[in-house]
Amino acid sequence: MSLLAVRNLSTFYKTMRGFVRAVENVSFELREKEALGFAGESGCGKTTIALSLLRILPNNGVIVNGQILFRDMDIVKMNEDELRKKIRWKKISLVFQGAMNALNPVYRIEDQIIEAIKTHELGISKTEAKKRARQLFELVGIEPSRITHYPHEFSGGMRQRAMLAMALATNPELLIADEPSTALDVIVQAQVLKLIKELKEKLNLSLILITHDLSIITETCDKVAIMYAGKIVELGSVGDVYKEKLHPYARGLVSAFPSINAPRTRMNSIPGSPPDLLSPPSGCRFNPRCEFAMDICRKKEPQLIEVKKGHLVACHLF
Amino acid sequence: MPESIIEVFDLKKWFPVRLGFFSSLVSRKQLYVKAVDGISFDIRKKEIFGLAGESGSGKTTTGRLVIRLEKPTSGKIFFHGKDIAKASEEEIKKLRNKMQIVFQDPYESLNPRMTVFDILAEPLRVQKLASGAELEEKVYKALESIQLVPPEEFIWRFPHELSGGQRQRVATGRALIVNPEFIVADEPVSMLDVSIRAEILNLMFDLKETYGVSFLYITHDLALARHICDRIAVMYLGKIMEKGDVEKVIFEPLHPYTKALIDAVPDPNPEARRIETVIKGEIPSPINPPSGCRFHTRCPQFIGNICKEREPLLVEIEKEHYVACHLYSK
Repeated sequence: MSLLAVRNLSTFYKTMRGFVRAVENVSFELREKEALGFAGESGCGKTTIALSLLRILPNNGVIVNGQILFRDMDIVKMNEDELRKKIRWKKISLVFQGAMNALNPVYRIEDQIIEAIKTHELGISKTEAKKRARQLFELVGIEPSRITHYPHEFSGGMRQRAMLAMALATNPELLIADEPSTALDVIVQAQVLKLIKELKEKLNLSLILITHDLSIITETCDKVAIMYAGKIVELGSVGDVYKEKLHPYARGLVSAFPSINAPRTRMNSIPGSPPDLLSPPSGCRFNPRCEFAMDICRKKEPQLIEVKKGHLVACHLF
Repeated sequence: MPESIIEVFDLKKWFPVRLGFFSSLVSRKQLYVKAVDGISFDIRKKEIFGLAGESGSGKTTTGRLVIRLEKPTSGKIFFHGKDIAKASEEEIKKLRNKMQIVFQDPYESLNPRMTVFDILAEPLRVQKLASGAELEEKVYKALESIQLVPPEEFIWRFPHELSGGQRQRVATGRALIVNPEFIVADEPVSMLDVSIRAEILNLMFDLKETYGVSFLYITHDLALARHICDRIAVMYLGKIMEKGDVEKVIFEPLHPYTKALIDAVPDPNPEARRIETVIKGEIPSPINPPSGCRFHTRCPQFIGNICKEREPLLVEIEKEHYVACHLYSK
């Protein structure tokens, strides 16, 4: 059974110059204990999806269309109160991008974790919450006595672990990690990725991981969705997408990531830059940069179709 | 052996730590951040020399020292056989048309109030290398060599009208316009989106191949370093731990730190090996680095007191492959 089903989700941002169509007509499913990675360049809408799932968009962001079904409850239609009591943090929690700076510098880490617990589990006593916070610290591999420290006394890796502890504070079923390792050094990044993998196994979590770095998705996820300009262009198992890379953009993105183990090659770039989402190109949004662009690509928008079991692509070539 | 363009011997840069008022009353001792603490290497003609390491390892400081944006505490820097470590500002200014730098962040390194034309023309004006029509022609040529074509379309733009990749190309063009022999590229692609990283790196590679420009390429990304560098040095807390031919260092690493660093690089290929072992901890503070071998606190192959007490020297284990580790000392 699918834990999360997103159907035709469109999220726009209202600006002075009109609507920025950050996410348009995105559909995907996530089963229990599954890990799905979203990859794409900056501005492709991957963070907007994460924010939409929890309905914590900035003030000018609106979900204009679609359903987000979490265990058959539609998050889009839920009222704010219900959402907070039932879903947000209780069932779905989020590790923010730049977690290094997401902690409040003037409060002790302990108080921040307790706040998260108390907000979402009404009626829990302070001692109980304190105890839980310490257990969480142990879970993410930080010495529990350090919980009374301030964020500035923690290194980058430890802050990221503390953020994970906070995200896990209320035993969620789904963890969304938005660029969980971007600002970290490679060794610390590897430590955090390993921790995420371990926690996922131990706590039977489902995971949505958002990153620009395909190799991180390969490292942690089962499935990958490649996004371009607010759309999913290819979706499938990590193995299929890496090997077959059907969509021309996916092909470009994969070849932009050299493997340290592969023979030395000249790297490829994708000429041009992503479109302005105030007025995206008609038809396929990738057509101005695509080397295979045909007439139809400029006129008709390709739909995400299944080319083989579990492998979907949105391109007129298929 | 090919001719060296830069040779560095026992280079050090210690930054004094400013203490607060009260601590300065209590403590008489001046503390230093030993950002670069005695390193030696050389960069050859027509070579991309990589400098890799985690943040805080001293790689950026090294880059700034080599082209004398920073004055070294001690040590020697030979540029074409002439020691420039203690050269005066005046002498350095004369050398600026031979050595240049491309900074990490193209959003910060370009003056937002200058047009592309002015940004590219400024080095020529400062160096009094060209003026009038000649200057204009050089700027046009530079735009072509960094593939911002047609030049007319870009020349009057301001940095905010350019994408990240285009900005970084302008920053590269600004370094190139004086025809330097040597360029320090300090993480030139770490701020850029993946789809355009390759274009900057390929540009560097082509400049090396066609014009014989040498590069010091500073990076934390070993996967990228492997694909464009000729030789590479791995730094940790101000010291070089290993250096050699890039294929050797990546595929037959000797130092436990190099091994740990390579093991931690995620691979985009699902069929490649996955990250299994990760060393613990994070890079210690360079104010008070560990005694002996600086890596001993995190080393998975720690062999006892010798690592704590004696600092290993960088020795040549096989031809052109150097390592600083007691595992390899007799």
